[in-house]
Amino acid sequence: MNSVFSFARLGALLIKEFIQMRRDRITFAMMLGVPLMQLVLFGYAINNDPKSLPAALVATSSDPYTRAMVSALQTTGYYRFDNVAQSAAEAEFLMSRGDVAFVVTIPADFARRVERGDNPQILIEADATDPAVASGAISTLGTVANQALLRARGMQEAAAESAKGQLEVVVHRRYNPEGISQYNIVPGLLGVILQMTMVMMTSIALTRETERGTMENLLAMPTSPLEIMMGKVLPYLVVGAVQVVVVLAAAKLLFAIPFTGSMSLLLTAVLIFVLALVLLGYTISTIARTQMQALQLTFFFFLPSIMLSGFMFPYRGMPDWAQLFGEILPLTHFLRIIRAVMLKGAELPAVATEIGWLVVFVALFSGVALVRFRRTLD
Amino acid sequence: MNAIDVHGLVKRFGDKTVVDHVTMTVAEGEIVGFLGPNGSGKTTTIRIMCGLLTPDEGEGTVLGFDIRTDSLSIKREVGYMTQKFSFYEDLTIGENLEFVARLYRLNPVEDHVARTLEDLGLTTRRNQLAGTLSGGWKQRLALAACIMHKPKLLLLDEPTAGVDPKARREFWDEIHRLASGGLTVLVSTHYMDEAERCHRISYISYGKMLATGTVEEVVKNAGLTTFVLQGPRLDQVAEALQGRPGVDQVAPFGATLHVVGSDKKALQAALADVEKQHKGVTVAPGETSLEDVFIQFMSGSKDNMA
Repeated sequence: MNSVFSFARLGALLIKEFIQMRRDRITFAMMLGVPLMQLVLFGYAINNDPKSLPAALVATSSDPYTRAMVSALQTTGYYRFDNVAQSAAEAEFLMSRGDVAFVVTIPADFARRVERGDNPQILIEADATDPAVASGAISTLGTVANQALLRARGMQEAAAESAKGQLEVVVHRRYNPEGISQYNIVPGLLGVILQMTMVMMTSIALTRETERGTMENLLAMPTSPLEIMMGKVLPYLVVGAVQVVVVLAAAKLLFAIPFTGSMSLLLTAVLIFVLALVLLGYTISTIARTQMQALQLTFFFFLPSIMLSGFMFPYRGMPDWAQLFGEILPLTHFLRIIRAVMLKGAELPAVATEIGWLVVFVALFSGVALVRFRRTLD
Repeated sequence: MNAIDVHGLVKRFGDKTVVDHVTMTVAEGEIVGFLGPNGSGKTTTIRIMCGLLTPDEGEGTVLGFDIRTDSLSIKREVGYMTQKFSFYEDLTIGENLEFVARLYRLNPVEDHVARTLEDLGLTTRRNQLAGTLSGGWKQRLALAACIMHKPKLLLLDEPTAGVDPKARREFWDEIHRLASGGLTVLVSTHYMDEAERCHRISYISYGKMLATGTVEEVVKNAGLTTFVLQGPRLDQVAEALQGRPGVDQVAPFGATLHVVGSDKKALQAALADVEKQHKGVTVAPGETSLEDVFIQFMSGSKDNMA
């Protein structure tokens, strides 16, 4: 009876624990859902050697050599020419928007130079804001291009050796010529840090009131759902603003991240992003019944956000379904904005669509939160 | 105009009917006690009245405002004190009162808070965290916060649960003082002595309103007869009486035994038998108490909490 260990007592504790586990549906779902989600995300969605990257072609003539060049690049599997730009300026805009990862320029005198054996050149500009994305596509380039050219000229493989070096592929790593990965990571970190803290803090906003029993009193007093929502959310906007200043200052001082774009454009985007996040957190708090559930839901949302937004792994490396999923995450759009503005110096027209998306999230989350908010105890 | 005028209120949670066609009127300036066992629907009824729950059926007005459509107006003019302390334990007494004063847009905030603290006798402790107060003080703070905006109707949900007798006495003195100033009070309670301090009582059991009136009316209308038995070995007497026709309740009170029944003739016959069988036991007519009436109600109504 007085033994230190009793199987009967252990049994009682185990049974109680399993009953509680089963009752808490969200926790139970998390225990099964998180491993499954991680498996699927890591297994299928993530690819560090992205293929079929959108590229823009700037070519003024359509001679056989140019065509051979384009088809050779396409057969590598890395390039997908779905944009033919009329001018270098248009190609530049496409890249700053992030619509294309490469701009391939084949000069007008390319065919003439090939035939004359006069050192023909093609220019490949790669968006190096994420250095990892471009590396695979660039490394295979030289051999492939030369072989294609030789085939087009009807030369044999044997002759290829001697002819090698004829074609010069000029590669420009745009926005990040040295391929410093911090340029990509640090601006992204701002988004990730904000996502983590803002959503977490606001997700317990209402559940804390409910758990402490103060909700009943709050509802019995003359307050409207909109007032309660704004009262819960606005303080964290201030906290978010402080975080933004700290991270941006650190980006500049510690990592020397270039600041090419407009500061006011960046801050506007950050403000809308933070607003979307605190409203997302608040929406979670209208769904969760306990603080524990709220934190679990936050984590459940956080995981795909860092995996599928393009923060950790190249967005373009993911299959279409994963990219589609990435589009519904605010972080995805914010990362595009901050990388475009900070590193590429993008102006408002280039990021307007992404900012529009963030505004949609703000409207959506506040709408859902106001509908979900239980203004009675029913 | 009645302060509370609701009829046919029904509230279901799942397949359980917690409030079952409750009709209630409370006149202005009245103190009405709302009695009933645990889980009888008192809290739910009060929550419907202050707009915290929407009834599934039934209509009514509180202070002239429709309970279905005008809950914001009701909230402005009603003070509702929840069963559990529901102010912020991590705010100080002063900060809690300031919060409430601002929500009700009382101007100037500081004057209202200072006066309330003064009335409470908590001026020196205004910077103490509300969570560190004892049960009795929390109750006083909650009441003070509820009446700060000068409501016309006070809804109190078991305000004295877990509060010592002296604090309870002071609390009721305060309620009577407020009512004499024109405030209407609906207070739910378990305590019989508190019921007797109300102008009128309403008894609810398992969602159904069973009796309404003054204490005397409720006792009289119940139609119960009570006898008080004295003598040796009353435990055996009690055992002998249990289950006899006419005997509804047998309860020991100190050295006496209270026997209650609704059928006076059958009860008298049963007691006559007992008197013969047990030497030295005397039977005298007694006064039926409110508690006897409630026990009678409770055993007569079906439990729906199962």
